[in-house]
Amino acid sequence: MPQTKSETVPVRSTSEVVMVRHMVRRWAVEIGFSIVEQTKIVTAASELARNMVDYGGGGVVVLEALDDGIRRGLRLTFEDKGPGIADVEQALRDGYTSGGGMGLGLGGARRLSNEFEIRSKPGEGTRVMIARWKGAS
Amino acid sequence: MAESRNDALLQVLRDNEQEILRGWLQLQERDLSLRNNLLRSGELEQQSRDFLAALRGALSAGDTDILTSEAWAPVRELMTSIARSRARQGFTPTETATFVFSLKQPLFTALRAHASGDDLAEQIWSSTLLLDSLGLLVTETYQKGREEVIARQQQELLELSTPVVQLWAGVLALPLIGTLDSARTQVVMESLLQAIVDTGSAIAIIDITGVPVVDTLVAQHLLKTVAAARLMGADCIISGIRPQIAQTIVHLGVEINDVITKATLADAFSIALQRLGLAVVRRTAKAV
Amino acid sequence: MERIPILKMGRYLLVSIQVDMDDRTALALQDDLTAQIVKHRAKGVLVDISSLDVVDSFIGRMLANTAAMARVLDAETVVVGMQPSVAITLVELGLSLKGVRSALNIERGMELLQSVARDTEAETADAADEE
Repeated sequence: MPQTKSETVPVRSTSEVVMVRHMVRRWAVEIGFSIVEQTKIVTAASELARNMVDYGGGGVVVLEALDDGIRRGLRLTFEDKGPGIADVEQALRDGYTSGGGMGLGLGGARRLSNEFEIRSKPGEGTRVMIARWKGAS
Repeated sequence: MAESRNDALLQVLRDNEQEILRGWLQLQERDLSLRNNLLRSGELEQQSRDFLAALRGALSAGDTDILTSEAWAPVRELMTSIARSRARQGFTPTETATFVFSLKQPLFTALRAHASGDDLAEQIWSSTLLLDSLGLLVTETYQKGREEVIARQQQELLELSTPVVQLWAGVLALPLIGTLDSARTQVVMESLLQAIVDTGSAIAIIDITGVPVVDTLVAQHLLKTVAAARLMGADCIISGIRPQIAQTIVHLGVEINDVITKATLADAFSIALQRLGLAVVRRTAKAV
Repeated sequence: MERIPILKMGRYLLVSIQVDMDDRTALALQDDLTAQIVKHRAKGVLVDISSLDVVDSFIGRMLANTAAMARVLDAETVVVGMQPSVAITLVELGLSLKGVRSALNIERGMELLQSVARDTEAETADAADEE
């Protein structure tokens, strides 16, 4: 996938989650996302960044602007070296939580994205990739 | 060399302009005889006269670069405006290109009286090249004109599909008509929610009387809109649900318990007035 | 850390969230608000979120928890001014904010609080009559 721009930022605290939201918003505006599209990907990013801080001991997020000639999009990859998730299927289910949250983070982020991919190994860490395309529902 | 060839063409145009124009008009009128309702009488003659004059002007400047040179700018402008107006008027591409190509016959006839042998072949060849590139220019401009028409219609269609209307202060209605696809539903719903904010309306009626079919995705979009409106502080009433759509909704297992549904837009409106604490009363008591 | 100001308007409190809150700011607001409800014996709270362009599950949960806590303290909470894009996103996220009342703007929110207060007073009066 041709990527036109890329940036990596560390996320270790909840104040950096706010920074991630602002960055993702800025990129989404630049790509030309509608207000609803912007809000969806910013919210998904917020959920995943917070997950990294709360459960993964912090990590990095990679922002990539995509352009495949026909569509423009934004891909975000969240990677931590935390304890990992033993049962990914279970973690994706709404209402599942190992912390004190409502358990909407992963499943919600998946619903707010056009593409979603998760890889996790207990003891090694978790990597979540989401992407949204401009104009895709 | 090129200049001298065009000089011959210019000479012929100068000497025989009236004759060429007459022959050209005859040909065009024959070709367009079935379409004469598309052009006002005199319009074609005016366009043809203007074109010959512009062509003469460009040739006398001696520049052969038709597509970019300053000398040919008036010709290009004229062709562009003719092609665009024909695209809008509904001419076919062939009919539009014919405007240029039908000039060949009268022009060549005139050239034949002016030269012979190799000279004539040379002149006909260079005139052909010239008219062909003008013909391509016309076709291309025509295509662009059509694309503009299509883009405008798409925009109009999208605007047509979002007819949010205010029924009363605080009551909006969205009468949906035609088949809903997922994309259109989304656009429509977003504009409804925006209209709710803009007008401060606490009640919105989504009327689907004019919608023949509702599939799973569309039903879900509808219900999500109702949920989103509620989060914002507005209530939606869905009216005009057809029997088949009711079946779809139940079969889909879509949760519709806490959505207000009414058979008709009128019923929904009366509920909306009730919510606002309003009532419609007859002004004078009816004689029994 | 930033603190969100809480204004007192008669028997009601008004909170206008103008910044993108981090989690600690959100939790501090929840603490401050419950303290102020008790201090002023407030009957209702208006939370204006019209400037917020993102409400994720954490902020959503904070709003729902605040409303529940306020109710325990005998105050109603109305969230006002949620933007359409935020509402659409919350629905997609799966957050319904159950138990939270909402209104389109501050004026409507105030009307809602007043009508709830009237209903409660009427009930109390009815109960007194029956005694």
